[in-house]
Amino acid sequence: MAQKIDQGSLLRFITCGSVDDGKSTLIGRLLYEAKMLFDDQLAALESDSRRVGTQGGDLDFALLVDGLAAEREQGITIDVAYRFFATDKRKFIVADTPGHEQYTRNMVTGASTADLAIILIDARKGVLTQTRRHAYLVSLLGIRRVVLAINKMDLVDFAQDVHDRILAEFTGFAEQLGLADIVAIPMSALRGDNVTQHSDAMPWYEGPALMPYLDDMELPGAAEGRPFRMPVQWVNRPNLDFRGFSGLIASGRIRPGDAIRVVPSGRTSTVARIVTADGDLPQAIEGQSVTLTLADEIDISRGDMLADAARPPEAADQFEVTLIWMAEEPMLPGRSYLLKLGAKTVTATVTSAKYKVNVNTLEHLAAKSLALNEIGICNIGLDQPIAFDAYKDNRDTGGFILIDRMTNETVGAGLLHFGLRRAQNVHWQPVDIDKAAQAKLKGQQPCVLWFTGLSGAGKSTIANLVEQDLFGRGRHTALLDGDNVRHGLNKDLGFTDADRVENIRRVAEVGKLMVEAGLIVMISFISPFRAERRMARELMQPGEFIEIFVDTPLAVAEQRDVKGLYKKARRGELAHFTGIDSPYEAPEQPDITVNTSVMTAREAADAIVRYLVDHRIV
Amino acid sequence: MQSGPIQIPSTGALTHLQRLEAESIHILREVVAEAENPVMLYSIGKDSAVMLHLALKAFFPGKLPFPLLHVDTTWKFREMIQFRDRIAERFGVDLRVHINPDGLAQGVGPFTHGSEIHTHIMKTEGLKQALDAGRFDAAFGGARRDEEKSRAKERIFSFRSAQHRWDPKHQRPELWRLYNTRKNKGESIRVFPLSNWTELDIWLYIHRESIPIVPLYFAKERPVVERDGTLLMVDDDRLPLKAGEVPQLRRVRFRTLGCYPLTGAIESDADTLPKIIEEMLAATSSERQGRMIDKDASASMEQKKQEGYF
Repeated sequence: MAQKIDQGSLLRFITCGSVDDGKSTLIGRLLYEAKMLFDDQLAALESDSRRVGTQGGDLDFALLVDGLAAEREQGITIDVAYRFFATDKRKFIVADTPGHEQYTRNMVTGASTADLAIILIDARKGVLTQTRRHAYLVSLLGIRRVVLAINKMDLVDFAQDVHDRILAEFTGFAEQLGLADIVAIPMSALRGDNVTQHSDAMPWYEGPALMPYLDDMELPGAAEGRPFRMPVQWVNRPNLDFRGFSGLIASGRIRPGDAIRVVPSGRTSTVARIVTADGDLPQAIEGQSVTLTLADEIDISRGDMLADAARPPEAADQFEVTLIWMAEEPMLPGRSYLLKLGAKTVTATVTSAKYKVNVNTLEHLAAKSLALNEIGICNIGLDQPIAFDAYKDNRDTGGFILIDRMTNETVGAGLLHFGLRRAQNVHWQPVDIDKAAQAKLKGQQPCVLWFTGLSGAGKSTIANLVEQDLFGRGRHTALLDGDNVRHGLNKDLGFTDADRVENIRRVAEVGKLMVEAGLIVMISFISPFRAERRMARELMQPGEFIEIFVDTPLAVAEQRDVKGLYKKARRGELAHFTGIDSPYEAPEQPDITVNTSVMTAREAADAIVRYLVDHRIV
Repeated sequence: MQSGPIQIPSTGALTHLQRLEAESIHILREVVAEAENPVMLYSIGKDSAVMLHLALKAFFPGKLPFPLLHVDTTWKFREMIQFRDRIAERFGVDLRVHINPDGLAQGVGPFTHGSEIHTHIMKTEGLKQALDAGRFDAAFGGARRDEEKSRAKERIFSFRSAQHRWDPKHQRPELWRLYNTRKNKGESIRVFPLSNWTELDIWLYIHRESIPIVPLYFAKERPVVERDGTLLMVDDDRLPLKAGEVPQLRRVRFRTLGCYPLTGAIESDADTLPKIIEEMLAATSSERQGRMIDKDASASMEQKKQEGYF
């Protein structure tokens, strides 16, 4: 017996449905039928069912699935949970996701590793808006096989016409989504009809019961057809004589002697050995974790991709992607995030949001940003080219996550569709008169003096005084003032968070061009978000970005109210006003701080000039 | 690691054990590639045995690139400690043992202080001390999701605050095979490479790979006393016998191992791996039934995890 289960395969699936569709009951039933519940667990379930169950004392399988005390108390399901059961033929891993407001985020997470999806429908209710949403997310995440579980047939007298009507309606829009492999099974998870055995109550149904179907369903042939891909996860160099490249094979197969190409570097070699602790292998296939050695000594590091030399992946630094947003904090175009794909982590910026998709109607809506659980089509740009495949061809080399650089949270998931040619055709044009030459001629150290602070803090006044002083010393300067730039370059931008990010991105890029020209550039912008000030800092060389925090308590700035804007904002006539209904994130480690509630503008300007002299900038 | 090269099934798909093995190795390598100072928590049990075996495979032909840490409560079965030291020597691994010195000084034990206080001080607090002292930023643990309800909802990469607390409502989504390992200051990660393994998988794999395990898992005549329906092994003379209690020799084995006064034995004839697997397939109770620390309340494990227990 042990021998037999040892040789079984693994099937991962996700169950999609709302609380009332009987999803938890179905999972509980599967665990029960597969004898995965032990006496002590059943005893606990019986006592829990009596205490807090919703089935009038009968076994409430939902309680098995709702694991955390916090959930049982509040009667909600927080998160994705994984369940396990096995038959003689297969082991199963079920991703169970709750059916309420966090649904998109959780279902996408569960679907990302699933080979198959079970979409539950309550036979009494038929195809609902949420059924369409489930089918859309299943197709989006690239799951090809779908079981349509038409549940609660006992409540519609096991009527065939109910089943037929639901199947016809579902198939109609599933086809639009490209879901072709659909098996509909009428069942009652509560009673066990068509779960493990064909139900006598539905003689008209000729297909398989759920368990036999899951047991016998053919898994996609792992290695067939797809080219070899292995992201290099770790370079194994225990001594001078051994240099191996470790990773999990994302697709295809590999044998010693096969030609490989390293992407993006483009170098080529052949595989010498496939090294494992169990001895060298004659071949390895998709899904195996191996260590390869190559015939040639070439430079390869973590994050590179080893690929079939004849069918290598593309490399690009600009993409069209589908982005699924998973954080409370919205996605803002222009803000820089970390992107992790395979074993590679790079810096990424959403360059434009094209549209978002209403997951219920599939309608395309105009979008400037994405909120939690929203899905959008966007262009992204990276700081360096990476190897990739389209997500539809390979989940592991086409799926990525986005990470917030401040909180380190995973804020989004993305599917790469294709590289944009734009970046490949626009090459950097080297110039002969470079920054160093410009700086030498002017006898100064070009840099950006970045003034940040609340409206009315005194940024522009101080920047003006600093510029006068530097001008008097014969320095070449430029001053970019927030209000002035908004009259020209940025007159198309408003004051939403997304527009504020773009506002800063543009002015930072302009500042950079001016630094290239050898100037000392004063930039006086409220620039309320740390992330964008950091982005601006990273555009410059180390030491070229001097952050000056013009620190004034809100009460003082509001009392001054030189432009009368605070009064307007307080009256509600001005939305998104920093300090009132839009946040200001003070710098954590500014290079210079001037507090204008205790210093005059003149004193502040003198302090800044002194800093520049001390640091040999002027 | 005596088994021959992995045979690829003719269908071109991997078996479930091969897929689980590949996933665990991928996780182990990812941590070593991204963490600054990882450590593997080694509890001597069957799950730790599998985890160590996978780690030796993951970094072959190199050595294990991190130490093993055993948090000793001073109440482990004697055979466990002997086995631990043998394994460390055989595989040439850097084994570190930590015993909570405060608990030791106060003479904390399950009989004098009760199982809850004993576990909290010697295990949970001891673990936190050792992790802080070693400045480990990532710690591998052998927990599996099928063990217990709250673990079913825990991520493979599970973040802990500077106080080692787990916040179940604030977990990062884990998609595909992509793990976000970035930490905030003071945070550390507990990583569970065996998350998707079940108890049965563990036994099948131990069998397939001939992994050495503590002999206590195999049935043998052992001296036991029966208390409240639980068979306790009299492992040394620290077990206070009640009036009229006489240790009896019974043929028993353990499904799970921990502190001997807190670990119930089961009567069994399974003295080989195939017999253990047969017994498992026919079992009607879960492995944690033998663990007394879980019985307090059904949310007990969740509570312990929030306090920093693995």
